[in-house]
Amino acid sequence: MGIANSVLEAVRTEMGLHPGTYPCKVGVRIGEMAAIDQDALRFCFEAIVHETDLESLELGIEVCPRRHRCQVCGHGFVVRDYDSRCPQCASPKTTCISGDELELAYLEVEEYGASAVGTKSTQ
Amino acid sequence: MERVPLERKVLSENDRIAAELRARFQEHGVLCLNLISSPGSGKTSLLERTLETLPRHDRVAVLTGDIQTENDANRLKRFHFPVKQITTGGTCHLDARMIERHLADWKLEDLDLLLIENVGNLVCPASYDLGEAAKIVVLSVTEGEDKPLKYPSIFFKSDLLVLNKIDLLPYVPFDIEAAAENARKVHPGMEIVKVSCLTGNGLHEWMMWLSERRRACKPLAQNTAS
Repeated sequence: MGIANSVLEAVRTEMGLHPGTYPCKVGVRIGEMAAIDQDALRFCFEAIVHETDLESLELGIEVCPRRHRCQVCGHGFVVRDYDSRCPQCASPKTTCISGDELELAYLEVEEYGASAVGTKSTQ
Repeated sequence: MERVPLERKVLSENDRIAAELRARFQEHGVLCLNLISSPGSGKTSLLERTLETLPRHDRVAVLTGDIQTENDANRLKRFHFPVKQITTGGTCHLDARMIERHLADWKLEDLDLLLIENVGNLVCPASYDLGEAAKIVVLSVTEGEDKPLKYPSIFFKSDLLVLNKIDLLPYVPFDIEAAAENARKVHPGMEIVKVSCLTGNGLHEWMMWLSERRRACKPLAQNTAS
């Protein structure tokens, strides 16, 4: 719930920079090691926007896998089934380079007056 | 439709306060540790045994978090070190702002060690940086040995795993080697100590780990002060 609130706060702050528009969709990136359950986040998000001016705001979630880089051969790879050994040279000396994300990626805004259908037809 | 890139952390405000706290801890040579576990794994018991072992004049303080009640602070106050309860009133984790607020009337220059007991939860506390030097995860043998695989984030982010309640091993179907192996699958090379807060078994290793960390923290502060 705290995470959902933080996302919404960020949206409200960002909207101050875009007068004359309203937010349609906010995109977040979540690493698989970030301890965030997608369904729970979505549920909390929907609960806090319900019956507010941001009720129509969509939440986009992109899940980022855990990636390591081999300290020996430099190969970067996705860790599967917690096997963090390098698939190229079998070295156990690898460093985590991503998979811990909890980031705001983007915000999609629409100008007031431009209907969603109209926007689509002009694209 | 316009897409505006945001490219910042969701918890950037928490992270900002945590970074300020970390800088203050480093400036004053305070080792701050964040203890995390499921409810009932023995965080408070580990703190009790720790405070009981430390000399009376030691410069140690404890912040203990719970959703409700002052029970844990009351348990820990009898050791005569400064202890403060943080009741979150429903929030399932501590955040950096709560730490900042509760530290306001303590002087960091009077402290060497700050122990934070997080709210019992293996999920959300993993996401909230409190400015600590290290997270410590406590797992008891009455839980499953697959906890590290089910809740990888906290095991991945913690420097030390304290396996508690080893006095119960003869009575529970807990494979302690499998638990250690699972923790090291998620976090290769993770340090592990096996303890019983009830019998005192293994606590010596925990206290050794703690004193090594305290030693490592001190010269750094002295160097920056000089």
